[in-house]
Amino acid sequence: MTKLKINGETHTIDVDPDMPLLWAIRDIIGFTGTKFGCGKGFCGACMVLMNGNAVNSCQLPVSAVGDNELITVEGQTENLQLLQKSWAEHNVPQCGFCQSGQLITATALLNGNSNPSDEDINNAMVRNICRCGTYPRIKKAINHSVELKNKG
Amino acid sequence: MKNVKNVSRRSFLKGLGLASGGLIIASGTTLFIGCEPKEVVEFNPNLFVQLNSDGNLILVASRSEMGQGVRTSLTSVIADEMEADWDRVSIKQAVGDVKYGDQNTDGSKSVRLLYEEMRKIGAATKAVLIAAAAKKWEVPASELKAENHFVISNSGKKIGFGELVEIAKTIEVPKDVVLKDPKDFKFIGKYLPSKDVENLSNGSAVFGLDKRLDNMKFAAIKRCPVTFGTVKSFDKTEALKIAGVIDVVEIPRVEKPFGPLGGVAVVATNTWAAFKGKEALKVEWDFGANANYDTEEYMKQITANVQKKGKVAKTVGNVDSAFKSATKTIESTYQLPHLVHTPMEVPNAVVWVQENTCEVWAPTQEPQRTRTEVSAFLETDEKNVTVNVTFLGGGFGRKSKPDYVVEAAAVSKAINAPVQVVWSREDDIQHGYYHTIAAQYMKGSLDKDGKVTGWLHRFALPSIASTFAPGTVDPAPFEAASATNVPFEIPNMQVETGEAPAHVRIGWMRSVINIPHGFAINVFADELANEAGVDPLEFRLNLIGSDRIEDTKNEYKYDTARLKHVLKQAAKNADWGKKLPEGHAMGLAVHYSFLSYVASVVEVSVVNNKVKVHNIHSVIDCGLAVNKNTITAQMEGAAIFGMSLAFYGKITAKDGAIEQTNFGDYQMLRMPQAPNIHIEIVENNEKPTGVGEPGVPVIAPAIVNAIFKATGNRYRTLPLKDYKLV
Ligand code: FES
Ligand code: FES
Repeated sequence: MTKLKINGETHTIDVDPDMPLLWAIRDIIGFTGTKFGCGKGFCGACMVLMNGNAVNSCQLPVSAVGDNELITVEGQTENLQLLQKSWAEHNVPQCGFCQSGQLITATALLNGNSNPSDEDINNAMVRNICRCGTYPRIKKAINHSVELKNKG
Repeated sequence: MKNVKNVSRRSFLKGLGLASGGLIIASGTTLFIGCEPKEVVEFNPNLFVQLNSDGNLILVASRSEMGQGVRTSLTSVIADEMEADWDRVSIKQAVGDVKYGDQNTDGSKSVRLLYEEMRKIGAATKAVLIAAAAKKWEVPASELKAENHFVISNSGKKIGFGELVEIAKTIEVPKDVVLKDPKDFKFIGKYLPSKDVENLSNGSAVFGLDKRLDNMKFAAIKRCPVTFGTVKSFDKTEALKIAGVIDVVEIPRVEKPFGPLGGVAVVATNTWAAFKGKEALKVEWDFGANANYDTEEYMKQITANVQKKGKVAKTVGNVDSAFKSATKTIESTYQLPHLVHTPMEVPNAVVWVQENTCEVWAPTQEPQRTRTEVSAFLETDEKNVTVNVTFLGGGFGRKSKPDYVVEAAAVSKAINAPVQVVWSREDDIQHGYYHTIAAQYMKGSLDKDGKVTGWLHRFALPSIASTFAPGTVDPAPFEAASATNVPFEIPNMQVETGEAPAHVRIGWMRSVINIPHGFAINVFADELANEAGVDPLEFRLNLIGSDRIEDTKNEYKYDTARLKHVLKQAAKNADWGKKLPEGHAMGLAVHYSFLSYVASVVEVSVVNNKVKVHNIHSVIDCGLAVNKNTITAQMEGAAIFGMSLAFYGKITAKDGAIEQTNFGDYQMLRMPQAPNIHIEIVENNEKPTGVGEPGVPVIAPAIVNAIFKATGNRYRTLPLKDYKLV
């Protein structure tokens, strides 16, 4: 039995300890906001927050999660919610499929850096592919969130 | 108490099929609050509109949403003509059914083909509501108008749309309607945000991959590395040892354009077990006729084909004599590799085949074709097959081809349970429908004044037609059109085609044939400008020449003045000719496709043999701009898509198998390389034309032209990573 703390709730599941967290979340627990894009750590569609940091859930076996707190795009955390508002403000999503991952990576960025430079944003967001090409809007939306945050 | 009522009301709605399925967005739904639930009466003047007596308006989107914003664009047109309150609108996705008319969502034509229709539907509904109010108040309809979900009388009386539903149901829907004056549009022509932006940002939107059913299994399919190879035998012992694997079944090859490739499916209780089972599975293949496909060799072969005379697709004047009498001639050969779509969401489908029925949930661009193919496979009538269209995590043409849905039908039938077939990214890259591989030869001549006197464009590329008629070696007419319709005022022009047999499935990918043609035409025009010693902008405007209408043989006119206009605007916006920092330069390209006019000017720098794109200025003239927000987004996305293919796009085959595997070796542009993108939409009231695709073809040639300006090096093959430029 594996225990996973996701979005403030504990889920006990019976899976192969090698199963990547992504599939445990999507297929066993049933939160489908976290996406499968490549399964190899290239695209960032599967990002979740682990103790506030962005991790590729397709690369992390459930056995490695332990007691750590996980937050998915369905979760509630201040920076994520702020970013979601800015995403709407700037009409970021096209197909939307990559956006859970983008939002989680951006949340982790803001968790660790309340005033990221353009370069900081690039360095963080390089982990996420958007095939639709929403990068310019993602960048605007992150900057917008930073402004809102720093305004108080 | 309130909660209890809410629940009962929800289940009531569920009974109407309104609260199920995840595609309904109950925005602005306030009907549960407070009072006793009252029966909601529906008014359905047509297939696309449902007005409820509580005022909620449900509009149907018949085209698939894959990021192009079509759900919002189409329904906003109805709402605008109806004078509806946009906040009361929710969108329902249509199932695949001929009653909705053509639902094929490709070719950048949804808004183009449905705009007038949607306007009429909205206007007719408004007319009925006004007539209903006229009846209720016993006043002439001419004294009434509709505004923001109300009908209002000259004397100031006001009644909500919802309250008119009962009477409206008794009124005949008019056939002839008066459309709004465009100057009164409230949503059309504005920057209207997508209705789906929130669902797409909080994980609640249901993509195909997110569909879940009770007792649903997951399946992964091992397919032959060589296209059209077949299963000789397989050994499922190791696969069945994987925890979670339930079954292993063979999937037949269906020899149809959208038929499954065939292979062996591993069925499991979760996706990961299915993937692992597939890895463990041992299959012996008969590789078949394409086992020697080698793209490096193939490129040599088609390149040789374009060095000799081909079949003439168009001729004007006499190019041979133009070349003989020229002061100068130049020749260039361009080589472009296969590409593949890689939508962010891999192909997948949920299918449940039951005794007499079959239900599909799929991210498909072509729900009706999906329905046809699935029912043909199951040998059942179409009426027994329901195709629900989920959100698509990108399409780009891949999801027009429902082979992956038929696969899921085959598996569901074999295991007698609902199943989700999931392609891995490797499957997606290695078993797709590929964008063509192209060799193009261009020859041009200049007279002593630097005027172009002759233009020869010869190309060889495996045709999309080969997917439909195996053995085809010549391009289809539509694959010649973007070369033959080049609107240059050159007295002697010829377009020729060479033979090119296909060894993989060739399919359409965003912008299709305009990618190779737009590249060769725009780069060669730049080469001629350089030979002539004329500024590329001035040279190109001269090549396009006088204002005129080219004969397009359809109702949309190809207007050279509009083509020149987008080019001039892009140049103006980029401040073409301005002094740039050391190592920086600009390049341009202009191309007409999907009936729209697009030009881009890009600014690059090349430092230590590394290219960086700093700015892209694109201008589109797509007629009346129905939703400027989505048009701008599509043009931004097109710039990124164009950069991805220019920088990295290359699919190769060796011994018949595709060599690339995942995003590690088939790379995509990422945020740090994304330039500043500036989009201008030309304002006019012409008929709306294509938006999703026409922004792509100009990007790669504009970059190559800019690099030439910066370095003097001309790159005639893509991708640029092969030159270590990125
Ligand atoms: S799915 Fe995990 S990085 Fe792509
Ligand atoms: S919005 Fe479609 S992949 Fe990013």
